[in-house]
Amino acid sequence: MNEHTRPGRGLTLYAIAAYLYIYLPIFFLVLFSFNTSRFSVKMEGLTLRWYSDLFKDKAIWEATQNTLIVATTSTIISTLIGTAAAIGLHRYTFRGKGFSEATLYIPVIIPEVVMGIALLAFFGQAGLTLGLPTIIIAHIAFSIPFVVLTVRARLQGMDRAVEEAAMDLGANEVATFWRITLPLIMPGVLSGALLAFTLSLDDYIITLFTAGPGSTTLPLRVFSMLRQAVTPKVNALSSLWLLVILVALSLAQRLQARRK
Amino acid sequence: MLKTIRERPGLQGILLISPTMFWLTVFLLIPLALIVVISFGARGSYGNVVYTFKLSNYARLFDAEYAGILWDSIWIALLTTLACILAAYPLAYFIARSHPTRRSFFMFLILIPFWTNFLIRIYAWMIILRGEGVLNAVMTAVGLMNTSVGQWLFEQVQLYTPGAVLVGMVYEFLPFMILPLYTSLEKLDPSLLEAAADLGARPWRAFLRVTLPLSLPGIIAGSILVFIPAMGMFVVPDLMGGAKTVLVGNLIRNQFFTARDWPFGSAASMVLMALTLVVTLIYTRTFGFGEELVP
Repeated sequence: MNEHTRPGRGLTLYAIAAYLYIYLPIFFLVLFSFNTSRFSVKMEGLTLRWYSDLFKDKAIWEATQNTLIVATTSTIISTLIGTAAAIGLHRYTFRGKGFSEATLYIPVIIPEVVMGIALLAFFGQAGLTLGLPTIIIAHIAFSIPFVVLTVRARLQGMDRAVEEAAMDLGANEVATFWRITLPLIMPGVLSGALLAFTLSLDDYIITLFTAGPGSTTLPLRVFSMLRQAVTPKVNALSSLWLLVILVALSLAQRLQARRK
Repeated sequence: MLKTIRERPGLQGILLISPTMFWLTVFLLIPLALIVVISFGARGSYGNVVYTFKLSNYARLFDAEYAGILWDSIWIALLTTLACILAAYPLAYFIARSHPTRRSFFMFLILIPFWTNFLIRIYAWMIILRGEGVLNAVMTAVGLMNTSVGQWLFEQVQLYTPGAVLVGMVYEFLPFMILPLYTSLEKLDPSLLEAAADLGARPWRAFLRVTLPLSLPGIIAGSILVFIPAMGMFVVPDLMGGAKTVLVGNLIRNQFFTARDWPFGSAASMVLMALTLVVTLIYTRTFGFGEELVP
């Protein structure tokens, strides 16, 4: 790198300001989760009361459980069938391939609210009762494209000669897949799964339209808390959520570093 | 059976993709087709759908009230996209030009808030922009709230104003702009800039003639990723705009939950989808589908 390309002082100052803009709101969010005062922005004293309130909240526990059930199930299914689709699209040419690829882009490019109402209308017409299964169905539908795109990107970076070598050495297709292809595309499959899991955890809009009574997920619960009175309980919940994400991301990064 | 599959590789491809296509056909294409059909229907007296073929739902969208909502939605989505480009570009440029060992850490810092729940990010700004919130306290402490300019500034972004909605939207979608921008800026070969400098181009000129055009795919991909969700967003207006800001997303949601006029809601969502598709098509036809779209 030489003089022309290194970031200058102005740019560095801007970057510092930008990171402050990104992190200050989160800092205050966490800070106020320890505040004894319910409404004030002055720190009047430190307390863990909001955290203990949170742990006593049955509705939160139930919502957490629902969220984990939805995210795990939809991640497993969308990763399995999405990976298969990515291999099919990468390896073979067949009739309707263009149509399949176009269909895969639809969930990426239509607004979530449209997909939400479409599924709501469809489940109504099909006579399905809204609940956890309908949420899972919806989450799989919007996660698949992201799994396919991620795995396919990995396949494109892969050298086919390795597989051909395995076949030349007498391995059949099944053995080649399990022993060569799958290990090679595994990082792509894992990051696709991670993406699907996060999208599912994060989703409020589509879940709103596909959830029924008794299938409240964490984002739905958080939203109704935000519409009611301000309570530092939400701060406590957000702080814990951040902590979990931070730990998970650090672990994922460490795993990836070890792989290299 | 197995033999035919092996002899016709196309069939293997179809077999591999069929579970996905089955899922997307049943739970995406058919529901969308259903919405198209419903959008031509009429609302029954109990909020049910009467299947007819009428264009009145679409005609209603041209009433001043609803046309205004559509216009506001396009406007705020465009503003959000523009603000995201302006805010994200220098940052993405900074990360792409910093030392390679630090880049992934800087990107990691961008991604942490992105991986948390988006309601949490909205809530963080609600705390700041509340009437008695952090911003007010800080501005009071430095004496800005005593001046009319300071007060005016605060009122522009105070919670439950359109300004607050814009602040929330930009914060929400900024990572979607930074990611593709960074991807395209990182690929940029620094020797091109050296060449421009050697040929006598001033840094600004080199930026305008070399860097900016080469990062265009990133800008395009980022704009699509920001504009589409911004167009349909109703959560930010709900939580940060109070009752004052109603966008097309709110309109659709209300037709399905409170007004129970599904045909009208369907027509509105058809128009919303058409608008986003047109914008996306213009982008992609002009510039090609960037691989940057993959996060």
